[in-house]
Amino acid sequence: MNKAYVSYNNIISSLGFSSETVVENIHNNVSGLELMDDKNVLPEPFYSALIPSEKLEKGFQKLQPKQEYTRLEKMMTTSLNEVIQASNIKLNERVGLIISTTKGNIDALDENNPFPKERAYLNELGKSIKEFFGFNNEPIIVSNACVSGILAIAVAKRYMQQNLYDHVFIVSGDVVTEFILSGFNSFQALSNEPCKPYDKNRTGINIGEVAASVLVTNNPEKLSIEAVEIIGEGSCNDANHISGPSRTGEGLYRSISSAMAQADMSAKNIDYISAHGTATMFNDEMEAIAFNRLQLQDVPLNSLKGYFGHTLGASGLLETIVGMHSLYNKTLYASKGFETLGVSKPINVIKETTAKELNTFLKTASGFGGCNTAVIFKKIKSK
Amino acid sequence: MNTKYNISSFCHIKNNQVSLNGSVIFSEQHSNFSDFIKAAYKAQNTKYPKFFKMDHLSKLAFIAADVLLKEQNIDIEKENNMALVFSNKASSLDTDLMHQKAIQHKDNYFPSPAVFVYTLPNICLGEISIKYKLYSENSFFIFEYFNAAHLFTYTNSLLETDKATSALCGWVELEGDNYEAFLYLVSKEGNTEHNKQNIKTLYNT
Repeated sequence: MNKAYVSYNNIISSLGFSSETVVENIHNNVSGLELMDDKNVLPEPFYSALIPSEKLEKGFQKLQPKQEYTRLEKMMTTSLNEVIQASNIKLNERVGLIISTTKGNIDALDENNPFPKERAYLNELGKSIKEFFGFNNEPIIVSNACVSGILAIAVAKRYMQQNLYDHVFIVSGDVVTEFILSGFNSFQALSNEPCKPYDKNRTGINIGEVAASVLVTNNPEKLSIEAVEIIGEGSCNDANHISGPSRTGEGLYRSISSAMAQADMSAKNIDYISAHGTATMFNDEMEAIAFNRLQLQDVPLNSLKGYFGHTLGASGLLETIVGMHSLYNKTLYASKGFETLGVSKPINVIKETTAKELNTFLKTASGFGGCNTAVIFKKIKSK
Repeated sequence: MNTKYNISSFCHIKNNQVSLNGSVIFSEQHSNFSDFIKAAYKAQNTKYPKFFKMDHLSKLAFIAADVLLKEQNIDIEKENNMALVFSNKASSLDTDLMHQKAIQHKDNYFPSPAVFVYTLPNICLGEISIKYKLYSENSFFIFEYFNAAHLFTYTNSLLETDKATSALCGWVELEGDNYEAFLYLVSKEGNTEHNKQNIKTLYNT
């Protein structure tokens, strides 16, 4: 089978508009999370990491748009444009487009939103991105709750290995909206301080927003300097509960097992885990159980939610990009907000950013509906 | 291409009818989806109280899956490595509108976790997985139209790489009282070859 690589990449976020800037900020322990107090959005103050609107507008206008675009479309287009430019690939019939989002332009449902309600259809979002760049193929929209961003990578690989495409561009994104905040708040899952994944004193999640894009390709000539190979993946269900994770971590356990079997790897070959770590009691505990069942408890692990909040359909892709740079920079980044272990099983949470030679990493995510996804990546260029 | 796998059975739910392998198994005139799907549930004789808590999209997907899986006499105590590959156009928009209504006006503000959790299309995959104990690959895709080529490619990939030994695939679309489900089972049983053309033909049955 053809190999599949994750190559050129971009992040548009509160911590910068390029992957390099964002990773540098993480290196310097800078978080994008800030206290917001906007009664129009949520009755109580909340922490979030938002993309600066003015900067976004400026970046987007450089692309000379010919019509009106929503905030999410501006984020996604600005991000994807960087990756298409860097890749220098002609958008022909061998090039696919995957869009990963949980809620898309859901803010269009609000009576006060200037866009028509129809804009909330995810296929309208797909059409908008497709037409902006002139892709030949219909977009494949992955909407699988909070695993969407990492699942999109597995889907891209699977499509390429079915020999439909040579290259797939993935763009992912979700916006912070009243719709999302009010929902998570109704679950009493939102924290009123910066989130602390895996920490004893954690108080819940923060919701943030980013757009992240990558090129997935089978062409070894089209690799960026931090490119990685996708060597195994799995996406399994808990079959337990639609809004609470399994107490045994069954789906996550199976997803990782499936990825490891495909990669022909055991726990000792994994150098780093970029985990989900939403900082809710149930999620963090479930992950610790699953990692222990797989003998992964000693592998250095972080959650990046302390830098961006939970960015929903983009989080898996965002965190994969940071993981790629982690391998390239030979650096394990601190799991921001973590001080004292607050899960019942031992896990090796990275407390301080440290230099380390790394060859592989595992990215995991879990979400509502009992879904879980795991993908294993391997370094291909050494420097 | 792939000759090992077949479409072993298929189910349609539309226009006040439920059909299995092209034959109508339930038909009753109702003016709204809610009443129709409740009647279909009763006719299925599946005792599953959780059904009543589901949103409309999950109810639709659940009944279509139940019709197919019941016929297979699946033993849920055994490991069934059956992938779920679903798609639609409207995502969870039907329930999204309910949540939006609950937050639109600050003087009438009542967001509820029981509604909010269903504002994701893949929740219906979770509901089916729970009922049939499917700890397997599952993914939800959004397309403008029923996309046989996509379903075929993705399902093939899962089967060829041994990620699953069978797959329940298809389209579950719901918006208000407009609904349509078409699910089919891909396995080594049956005689209809798993290919794009056959998926299209059965969809249009």
